[in-house]
Amino acid sequence: MTTKTQPIAKADTSLLSIFAAAFLGIAIIFVTGFANSQTIHDSAHDVRHASGFPCH
Amino acid sequence: MFKKLLTSALFAGFGAGLIAALIQIVLVEPTIFEAELYETGQLVHFGAPQEGAVVEDTHVSHGVGDGHSHDHGSESNLKRQLYTASYEIAKSFGYALMLVAGFALAAERGVSVTARQGIIWGFAGFIAFNLAPAFGHAPELPGSLAAELSARQIWWALTVIASVLGLGLIGFGKNWVMWGLGIVLLALPHIIGAPHIAGYGGVAPPEMAGRFVALSLGAAAISWSILGLFAGFFWSRDP
Repeated sequence: MTTKTQPIAKADTSLLSIFAAAFLGIAIIFVTGFANSQTIHDSAHDVRHASGFPCH
Repeated sequence: MFKKLLTSALFAGFGAGLIAALIQIVLVEPTIFEAELYETGQLVHFGAPQEGAVVEDTHVSHGVGDGHSHDHGSESNLKRQLYTASYEIAKSFGYALMLVAGFALAAERGVSVTARQGIIWGFAGFIAFNLAPAFGHAPELPGSLAAELSARQIWWALTVIASVLGLGLIGFGKNWVMWGLGIVLLALPHIIGAPHIAGYGGVAPPEMAGRFVALSLGAAAISWSILGLFAGFFWSRDP
């Protein structure tokens, strides 16, 4: 019984880690490319233009 | 698992980000600086601006407002290049996190990723995050006219999501239904179409805008390939 539940639990934690990593990545891209704050916009301005993110 | 994801993304993102930053600063950013001379009116292209055309970007903090200086090595440009390097590395880390998350998802399905296969993943990232959005809406030089920002951002984000899913279905689908769905997802954003305004009103010469798009896409293709290589390398060697 326990040997059967083990792989399922392991798969659950890896899926959680995968989603956590992907979410962190998406959050970083959002701040770099989309965040509206004037300071972030101004400092990320050239990267946004050069990367083809819509910018102002 | 999370530690492995984080460390391989950190190494790959930082390493590839440094190279990407160098490419941006040397190849792409000079065209942005040059375009801003047109944007601020210090240089005037003979065909522009037309009367009534409104150029919206009037940030004074870009550091080109100090007289008639064409000095690209000025202090403010250096500051901007440092900002660019920082954000390039951050962006690279963000992309790397998504890449290794994809590697891990593939590993769950029994597909292992090596450094060389990482290049293919990186190139898929280039298609989804750069080529597909640019196909519908070209990267913009400062001073170009475009539709409302939020509409373009929504279209950009939906295009990236649809392209990632589409490429994933083509890469990992097992039958024609999934491959077909992948093609539909790749095409859908372009069938819907990106938000555009009627007419043109950019102040920079068209040759410069064309060069900027080519440089931007070329730089992205190189940066993504290197990022994929590094991500695959660090992912596959970390036990």
